[in-house]
Amino acid sequence: MNNATRTMPDTFPLSGDWQSATVAAFRDETPSVKTIAFAVSQWTGHLAGQHVDIRLTGEDGYQAERSYSIASPGGTAALIELTVERISDGEVSPFLTDGLALGDTIELRGPIGGYFTWKPENPSPLLLVAGGSGVVPLMSILRTRNKCANRVPGRLLYSSRRFEDIIYREELDRFAASDNSFSIVHTLTRGAPTAWRGETRRVDTQMLAKYALPTAQKPRIFVCGPTLFVETVADQLLALGHQETGIKTERFGPTGEKR
Amino acid sequence: MPITRGFKGRQTETVGARDRVPPGQYVTRDFPVLTAGPTQRTPLESWSLSLQRGGELISRWSWIEFKALPQTERTTDIHCVTKWTKLDTQWRGVTFDDVVKAAGLSSAPNLYVMAHCDGGYTTNLPVVDLVDGKAMIATHFDDMPIPATHGGPARLLVPHLYFWKSAKWVRRLEFMEANTPGFWESMGYHIYGDPWREQRYTNDA
Repeated sequence: MNNATRTMPDTFPLSGDWQSATVAAFRDETPSVKTIAFAVSQWTGHLAGQHVDIRLTGEDGYQAERSYSIASPGGTAALIELTVERISDGEVSPFLTDGLALGDTIELRGPIGGYFTWKPENPSPLLLVAGGSGVVPLMSILRTRNKCANRVPGRLLYSSRRFEDIIYREELDRFAASDNSFSIVHTLTRGAPTAWRGETRRVDTQMLAKYALPTAQKPRIFVCGPTLFVETVADQLLALGHQETGIKTERFGPTGEKR
Repeated sequence: MPITRGFKGRQTETVGARDRVPPGQYVTRDFPVLTAGPTQRTPLESWSLSLQRGGELISRWSWIEFKALPQTERTTDIHCVTKWTKLDTQWRGVTFDDVVKAAGLSSAPNLYVMAHCDGGYTTNLPVVDLVDGKAMIATHFDDMPIPATHGGPARLLVPHLYFWKSAKWVRRLEFMEANTPGFWESMGYHIYGDPWREQRYTNDA
């Protein structure tokens, strides 16, 4: 029996109560993804990788709650950025991406989650594996890392459908261009532009064997993306010999197991 | 409550089931997978379930022995703290009561239980929330062996609490004197987790 105890972070910020959050800025990331900055009045700070809950209330009192990863770097800034992918048949995401205007308010609480988090003090090299909008909490980690004077080595393996679906592409390129200890490998699963120099298939064993940091470096690994993507990547990382306790995962979206 | 300008929501999924959907939850027909790490895959030959009091072993069952214990079927709604609720899920397994009885105990020796799982996951539960048919160690979902992604070969099923309490890949049930927090309970989530009182996070009432 595996008696490994997962590493517990020593401290992390706990969720506060619901508070009003005002839309302060928008940024289009891709045709279907938008970043929304919310101004909050009581924010004791968050760690990279944490998320928030949001609550929307209709005029008839109907409420919907959802969780979204924080995209902005860890810290105490009173502006919280969420990056939201519009799911066409979704109940909440189309409202967030298309229904909100500057100055509108929603309810928000957080930060939430003490496990899928990263602190700059962690000395392990960072391996981040993202599928689609799973890049959002990993971007919070990279932005946090980028603010540090001494940066641990880092690599992002990032799978997107098409070139125009790559979220944060220019900012990620800037990170890589200005930092010898950080590199990105992009892969596109639904066709690539001519002269594309990245990979062009789903993440598989060969790709992980080629780009995952060596197991001897005992990297701290974060995997975030759609359920099947994370399942595949986590299984293959184990098969390559990476330590189970070093792999933190966050899965989202449908599993296709409808009944 | 503060109205969100322009928000209507859909509400269709909950028509006829509003009284079965706890606050802040939405109904899904999918079966999402939430796990903090890789999926555990323990071969049945090396699987066993242990019942312990503190560090002391009370009883242990191999897979073959465990399958021979009385089987109970249950149809129930489940509620994940990540906001989804799934209605009328069908499970089969061995109730906690039958596990205690099979171990030769007349009743639980302590007030709390820590469930220990493959991969190191833990979750704490009051005994009162496990007995009288309230909980089982489930081996089947929809009449099929539970897939590994959903916690097979055996997971806890404690459906009146948020679903992180229904620990996947359970291997050891440890009676304990104090209500020591488990994995998520140490990571910002509520010590008890009643969806009807929306006890999601540590400081929720």
